[in-house]
Amino acid sequence: MSIVTRDAVQMRGVDKYFGEGDARTHVLKTTDFDAPLGELVMLVGPSGCGKTTLLSVLAGTLNADGGQVSVFGERIDQMKAAALTRFRAQNIGFIFQQFNLIPTLTAAENVSVPLLIQGKSNAVALKRAGDVLERVGLGHKAGERPSKLSGGQQQRVAIARALVHEPRLLICDEPTSALDRENGTLVMQLLRDVARSADRTVIIVTHDSRIYRYADRMAEMEDGRVFRTLDSAVAIAAEHSGHG
Amino acid sequence: MYLVALKMLFGDQSKYMMLVSGMAFATLLMAQQSALFCGLMSWTYSPLVNISASIWVADSKVEQVNENKPMRDTDADRIRSVDGVAWAAPLYQGIVVARDPTNSNFKFITLVGLDATTLAGAPGRIVQGTLDDLRRPGTAIIDEFAVERFSEGRDQPIGVGDLLEINDNQVEVVGICDVQRPFIGGPFVYTTYDRAVSTYAYKSRKMLTFVLAEPAAGLSPTDVARRIEAGTGLKAFTREEFRWSTIRWFFRNTGIPMVMGITVFIGLVVGMAISAQTFYSFVLENTRFLGALKAMGTPTPVLCKMLLFQSVAVGLIGYGIGIGITVAFGRMALSTRQIPYAMPWQVPAIVLGIVLLISSVAALGGILRIARLEPAIVFRA
Repeated sequence: MSIVTRDAVQMRGVDKYFGEGDARTHVLKTTDFDAPLGELVMLVGPSGCGKTTLLSVLAGTLNADGGQVSVFGERIDQMKAAALTRFRAQNIGFIFQQFNLIPTLTAAENVSVPLLIQGKSNAVALKRAGDVLERVGLGHKAGERPSKLSGGQQQRVAIARALVHEPRLLICDEPTSALDRENGTLVMQLLRDVARSADRTVIIVTHDSRIYRYADRMAEMEDGRVFRTLDSAVAIAAEHSGHG
Repeated sequence: MYLVALKMLFGDQSKYMMLVSGMAFATLLMAQQSALFCGLMSWTYSPLVNISASIWVADSKVEQVNENKPMRDTDADRIRSVDGVAWAAPLYQGIVVARDPTNSNFKFITLVGLDATTLAGAPGRIVQGTLDDLRRPGTAIIDEFAVERFSEGRDQPIGVGDLLEINDNQVEVVGICDVQRPFIGGPFVYTTYDRAVSTYAYKSRKMLTFVLAEPAAGLSPTDVARRIEAGTGLKAFTREEFRWSTIRWFFRNTGIPMVMGITVFIGLVVGMAISAQTFYSFVLENTRFLGALKAMGTPTPVLCKMLLFQSVAVGLIGYGIGIGITVAFGRMALSTRQIPYAMPWQVPAIVLGIVLLISSVAALGGILRIARLEPAIVFRA
């Protein structure tokens, strides 16, 4: 089913449980969440409030137990596994906290992986990977393995990997938590530039208050629910001025 | 994606080396033991290789070519009278003791007595002397193994013109032949049938071991063998029938197949254990990356095929190394002529099949893990 909307992501009444019997935990509690096109949305909240679970559900890497999840108008909660896998490959780019770059591949080979998943030839994928690495300022490191790169450089390679197939939704899990201030700033500037595109959305789960100022919108979570959304940079800055 | 799979595999050098070593060792163990077994089995029917005849006729109770249950001399004539037999010649084969008179060195030998008229069953390759000299009185042709055995303790290797004593009777060596070594008994020593049974062999009431026969033109050895059996009550084998009957006898009556089979089985188990354990550990260590690939949209079947591809790749590389070492060992074994070794095409083919099976089983554990892996794992620190 397709829904016409200016929201890239729309979640309504989503529930998620983990465990069985007495150990069953209600992690997402009939929560809503929206992420409009062309914005950088941050999902913040205390540890254990369900941010990562919400991120996993909207990325289609975890099934919701109830509610509706639409991404670019497609009900991903109703998709079959194979269709959902194809949808992720075409529409979503991932940036992980621990980068998850394959250590035995070079930077360019790592970046080329999403294109290989889509069935592009090795030569085409490597050429495009080289171009994107240039964009993130690491063209000269294309032949290096991740172990030869600094943390900031590795995260930039991960960003290049997330962008190489030009996905419309970029999902970032704590993208700056393993980086120092300088590299964190560089990475956030890159992500903000990505989000400036009218048909693209960046969603970031973070604890890092240093980067709040980059958000166009901030969804705050507590106890399995998004309880408040600040939808202007001014409001966010005012609300979190104490954090930086 | 398969290139990515290979790079992931080759990049983890310690695991890669361990996997390849395990596969190579398993291949070596299985292929080498199988080749030794085939070599040993080929020695069991070496008279069939050394003595050329399409049909072998023996007593009805005989099951294998090394058995000696004599027939009456007249049985050769009975066989000749069977319709479809082109010719039939008597053959003596038995174990006797031969002595080198120069140093009293004695050895068991397999004495072969050939029909003096036709010399049917004579060795195909004479490396010194001539076959015709065998017709001279008191002569014998010995094989290269006999040269090796009787030359121990001599200044010069035994050769044409030297003397041996067989059953206390002197014989002159008039030729040296190149034949396949026997499984039991000592080297092959050829003489004529009459001299063998009258002079050199130990006496018994009946002396005719086998009758060699050929079918008439246009008839198959199998048909004529059946006619001989029907007409004489004796057992007639084609060469292939006798070969397999001999092999079956050794399977039933010796522990050789069991011992070799156990070693091959150990090779399979060791290969499977090392490979499966190492490969599973490789998958465990790469779970985070495989999970990331899954989250990024790699379909589960593709990930499973990547794992199978990695496992089969190390299997084939290990197989190549293992077969290479086996072949090198085989060359060494054949050059010494002391070690039985034969590698028919079935050995590398079957071992390849087993290696692919090991690879598949090794990959299975990882495949099951990855198939159940939730891509959301990548969001957990």
